[in-house]
Amino acid sequence: MAVATAQMSEPNSEVLVDFNNVTYSFDATGSPVISNLNLSVARGETLVLLGESGCGKTTTLKLTNRLLLPDSGEVLVEGRATTLWDPIRLRRRTGYVIQEGGLFPHFTVERNIGLVPKLDHWEPARIRARVHELLALVGLEPLTFAQRYPAELSGGQRQRVGVARALAAEPPLLLLDEPFGALDPLTRASLQQEFALLTKRLNKTSIFVTHDLHEALMLGSRIGLMKAGRLLLLETPADFLNSTNEYARAYLDTLQLHESGTNSPERRL
Amino acid sequence: MSFWSFLSQNRSELLTLITQHLRLVVISTLLAALIGIPIGILLTRRQALRKPVLGIANVMQTIPSLALFGFLIPIPFIGGIGARTAIVALVVYALLPIIRNTVTGILGIDQNVHQAAVAMGMTARQILWQVELPLAASVILTGVRVALVISVGVTTIAAAVGAGGLGVYIFRGLRQYDNNLLLAGAIPAALMALAADSLLGLAERSFSVGAKRQKANRMLRRVARAIVIALLLLAVGFSFWHTRSRSRARGADTRLIVGSKDFTESVLLAEIVAQMLERRSVEVERLELGGNLPHDALLSGRIDLYPEYTGTAYTAILHHQPITDPRAVYEQVKQEYAARFGIEVGPPLGFENTFAILVRAADAARLNLKTISEVTPYASGWRAGFGQDFMSRADGYPGFAKAYDLQFAEQPHEMDLSLTYIALASGKVDLIAGNSTEGRIAALNLVQLEDDRHYFPPYQAVYMIRRDSIERVEVLREILSRLANRISTEEMRQLNYNVDAGKRPPSEVVREWLKRESL
Repeated sequence: MAVATAQMSEPNSEVLVDFNNVTYSFDATGSPVISNLNLSVARGETLVLLGESGCGKTTTLKLTNRLLLPDSGEVLVEGRATTLWDPIRLRRRTGYVIQEGGLFPHFTVERNIGLVPKLDHWEPARIRARVHELLALVGLEPLTFAQRYPAELSGGQRQRVGVARALAAEPPLLLLDEPFGALDPLTRASLQQEFALLTKRLNKTSIFVTHDLHEALMLGSRIGLMKAGRLLLLETPADFLNSTNEYARAYLDTLQLHESGTNSPERRL
Repeated sequence: MSFWSFLSQNRSELLTLITQHLRLVVISTLLAALIGIPIGILLTRRQALRKPVLGIANVMQTIPSLALFGFLIPIPFIGGIGARTAIVALVVYALLPIIRNTVTGILGIDQNVHQAAVAMGMTARQILWQVELPLAASVILTGVRVALVISVGVTTIAAAVGAGGLGVYIFRGLRQYDNNLLLAGAIPAALMALAADSLLGLAERSFSVGAKRQKANRMLRRVARAIVIALLLLAVGFSFWHTRSRSRARGADTRLIVGSKDFTESVLLAEIVAQMLERRSVEVERLELGGNLPHDALLSGRIDLYPEYTGTAYTAILHHQPITDPRAVYEQVKQEYAARFGIEVGPPLGFENTFAILVRAADAARLNLKTISEVTPYASGWRAGFGQDFMSRADGYPGFAKAYDLQFAEQPHEMDLSLTYIALASGKVDLIAGNSTEGRIAALNLVQLEDDRHYFPPYQAVYMIRRDSIERVEVLREILSRLANRISTEEMRQLNYNVDAGKRPPSEVVREWLKRESL
């Protein structure tokens, strides 16, 4: 099948992240985790990478903020190859949200959220104002939560703080690695909805990794289906639902089975 | 003498020993932390180094402490006699728990947290100081705490290399069978270990992430941290002040350091020379050392003289086969010491401290025993107890058993020499090899059997003196000649007895004796 993106040879201001023929393997002898990946992420879109564990979707995220470097091909961020970026600078311009939030247990909520602004030497007063603004944005009462430690929060609250931390220094790009994977279904559903509203409101560009088709359909402006290090399909949610791709159909079958069999909140989809 | 009156009489000495002890412990643990934590951090970065380095640290910790002190003595710069050697050995012991806990603490940090730190764009240095060290702090502190408690214990052995500390009382107490001394050394050491443990426990809890949950804890935490830091500073500060004030008191070139081995008789003989020197206005420092350390210390110039026995010099130091002629042994030792070491052997003091084969007086009477060869038929039903020295030396147990054809019921118990007397008196063993001048022989109702096959070589007491020390302090020669043939075996036994059984300080016993002998 055809890969849905065109190759970009000149910098395009509409394209924020661009994977060109990227291959990556963990060690020289093993089979590649990512093979010949071509993918463009446009400004303002939420690109969801969907696939089973080990399909290479997390590796794709790590290649984006230079936690990993490609074996061949190149990853362009804002038109510049990651190999040419100062890794520290690139990462501070890229929000990163992981499962369970990855919050620092010895920092208060305020210090966690204010981390990157502090690393970038913002004024303390400005950091504080920003933290309170973000807490309100992710639905946490600033005065109640700013001085708490992560251990004093519920899973959903921790995840909200994780999102707030990623947004703190107003990065142009957000990377989210199954951020809602460890939450209970009710909390997950409400966070998904809020996140959808938030990205729309802030007009953020994000790459969102998940193995949950519901989540992909709900949040993605486009869905990239990955299997064994390859991008099989890149479609809008509407086109994805009508895809004839065998693997995509297998995913969609589980959806129908799921919907007819249970009474889960995802029915709202 | 009651324990309390002992304490009040020896308060200032005890305080000095506690200070020395504390100083050794604090300095060595701080050094070990300064070395160990960076090594631990390095090991979290270089996986290939982790196994070998932890392996080496592990092996170092299994070296028995006394043996480690022994290894260190001949090594230049880090070795020798005194506090420096002790600190090196203590650091070696303290390293393992600190390195291991640093590695465990940092590698034990939640991978998500570490990954988040990298992804946020923190530099390696920021991750180390803001994430890894704070999160590993309580585990690292546990390592420091273990190291500190180990140090308090091992430091008691540092007394054997002349580093001072509470071990001085413990060794002396063992030797003199004096519970007051033992307790005065052991109780403060134990209290110190407990205090160190609980103080660091407090600090450790204050650093642990769990403690951050309660806001009310924060004040307490700050107070605890402040107390720990204040105490550490105080201990280090005090010990430095203490050393400075002591070293300022030191004189220049007429000062002599009189060494001794770590048993009463040697201490008394050293004290005799020391007091005679002091009466002639020579400033003297006394240094008590274990095993054959005095010989090494003499060679290296750390001490100027010490009392030795010709037989020991002949066999243990010059490695000759034992012979029985006292005159020949003395001449040979004198000649070889001068030629090989540049050390003078003073004239014999008049008594011998040879091995004395001892049994209980009751057994001797019942079986009518007078000589060692008469023991041979009973040996198969007897147990023997010998000091470590006797078990290993050329003129010791193996040759002795062969000469008298002795087969004991079991392998002889190898134990501390001073404990063998008590073991014999209380019936735990039936025969020991003691010292002929031991003061407690009569007191404990023991009898010496005659060496009828002349197995034991002669052990005349003499002083070993560095040639340059004699040239520097002229009065030494006069003192040595005045002491020639001055002390009989009976007299030496009495002097030993006054200290060991009479529980009187050696300095006092020696002062009396010098007065009586008008020396």
